[in-house]
Amino acid sequence: MQLTRPIIYLLAVFMLAMVQPANAALTIEITQGVDGALPIAVVPFDTSRVSGKFPVDLAEIIGSDLNRSGVLKAMARGELPASPHYSKDVQYSRWRNVGQDYLVVGRVLESSAGVYTIEFQLLDVLKQKQLVGRSMSAKKRNLRSRAHQISDFIYEQITGTRGAFNTRIAFVRAQKDAARKYVLQVADTDGFNAQNVLESDEPIMSPSWSPDGKSLAYVSFESSRPEIFIQQLATARRTKVSGFSGLNSAPSWSPDGKFLALVLSKDGSPDIYTMNTATKRLKRLTEHRSIDTEPVWSSDGRSIIFTSDRSGSPQLYEVSAEGGRPKRLTFEGNYNSAANVSPDGRYIAMVHGDRGQYKIAQLDRETGNLTVLTDASLDESPSFSPNGKMLLYASTLGNNGLLFAVSIDGRAKHKLSDQDGDIREPVWGPFESK
Amino acid sequence: MKSFHHIKSWLLVALLAVFISACATTQEEMPAGGDGAPVYDQSQSGSSTGIVDGSSSGADASGLEGADGGDGTAIVDGPPMTVMEILEQTEGTLSNRTIYFEFDSAKLTDESLAILETHGNFVAGNGEVAVRLEGHADERGSREYNIALGDRRAQSVRRVLLFQGASSDQVETVSYGEEQPAVSGHDEDAWSKNRRVELIYTVN
Repeated sequence: MQLTRPIIYLLAVFMLAMVQPANAALTIEITQGVDGALPIAVVPFDTSRVSGKFPVDLAEIIGSDLNRSGVLKAMARGELPASPHYSKDVQYSRWRNVGQDYLVVGRVLESSAGVYTIEFQLLDVLKQKQLVGRSMSAKKRNLRSRAHQISDFIYEQITGTRGAFNTRIAFVRAQKDAARKYVLQVADTDGFNAQNVLESDEPIMSPSWSPDGKSLAYVSFESSRPEIFIQQLATARRTKVSGFSGLNSAPSWSPDGKFLALVLSKDGSPDIYTMNTATKRLKRLTEHRSIDTEPVWSSDGRSIIFTSDRSGSPQLYEVSAEGGRPKRLTFEGNYNSAANVSPDGRYIAMVHGDRGQYKIAQLDRETGNLTVLTDASLDESPSFSPNGKMLLYASTLGNNGLLFAVSIDGRAKHKLSDQDGDIREPVWGPFESK
Repeated sequence: MKSFHHIKSWLLVALLAVFISACATTQEEMPAGGDGAPVYDQSQSGSSTGIVDGSSSGADASGLEGADGGDGTAIVDGPPMTVMEILEQTEGTLSNRTIYFEFDSAKLTDESLAILETHGNFVAGNGEVAVRLEGHADERGSREYNIALGDRRAQSVRRVLLFQGASSDQVETVSYGEEQPAVSGHDEDAWSKNRRVELIYTVN
């Protein structure tokens, strides 16, 4: 009986605003490889000098990272012709004969109980020389993170672009049982180390990373209506920053971390505002009868790109962060929404609807070309990796919400799935400060 | 406002009967789904059969017979219904609490308007009643746009209720966008049932 629903709302709101390990882990599957990816062999690291069993397989983590990039292709372990751990033990001809361009060797030493030193070398097989070699200390809890850092070194050395493997992603998981519990999670880019940020029986939406990676802004319906919160990840301390009547939605952090762009309908229809996060002072940027929503900042922080249906269907517009007259950006297709701007500002990714199919597309602002990158029909929530080379997005496959990542040339693709529910609204976090 | 007089309650039922019959007339004149809007079980069977046939039991049906010029004593003699009882009835226009929409639209069909006018009059005539309008969208497109779309749908419904005299204190809106589908599935059949506004009543 519907009359009892408000009581259920009151009883149902149960929240746990803490970062804690999550039960369900994401699994990764490469769904589309790339011809011509550079061959690299990552030899299992020597862990024979470590007391007890070394808890992770560093070479496996690194190889998986490199494979996901689509730029490199790690040799299958069973095919490795040898297992050297130092560059001096490498016979380059053996690696050249099996078609490898690059080789990674490494070893782990234990400096004291539970404190490790990881050493690795990246070797150029054709030139028969070392490209980079590093030594880093590690503890048990950050071993996976160290492996991702090694992947980043290797990727940057070979491609000249900073790697984004050692970053985090945030997403919303909806559990399938009748109670429909919503969980905001953060995880490593390979789906490991998923941690709960917030759990609620009411929807959680629109996570946005602060530029320092220390906080998330999000929308929570825990009071039976949408309100915007900012939560520090380390302490789980959170503040409600917007709880006006009507919509409080789509928060997006400015590049300098001082402002949130957000959507409020307190003055009528949904419009774009900015809020100074220190003073909570609001500035209204749009004033139109139409739906204006999904604001994101340009990479220089000077303008805001948003979705509006002022022309009759949802399209992307850009307005100065100081306000003024919005300029329309998209003209192809009858549905363009959910903009995300590449770190260099050149590309705008979006949900692109055409003839009933919703795919991820990318607008090149220099050439004006719109390129469709995905081929499913219910794709949404694109988010650039901090190095601008991959796009993370959500899709629906069967009855499951899944995450995918696609390289910005559309060639490499991988899937992150979770058997324990729908996952959606992925956002790729920033680089860790060096 | 809180004390509930029997006289007032009687008047309410009679008034309601008039509105419902007006509404039923409107619906009789409308070809079912004739405007190209999808036809839904709930709105069809809930409102038209229950009312037009006059076959249902309870105050709605009694009221109708009276308003139709039939046996008016059914209302006068029957025990006056409380607001709660009226809301708990499973037939009649007031039991129809879901309004459906076309894709990317917040436009109300004539049929929906007729249903909402009945709700508006009911809310306007009963200060102790509050209604929460929950707007929803189908899963296509982006989530935040769908939140805004659900909000726009809830606002369309709200305007009708206020126009009928409901007070703004009595009407609350919220949008869930595509977050809480009524029906799972990824085809037009499911989508058409998910593009909706639900009217959730509370009695203070």
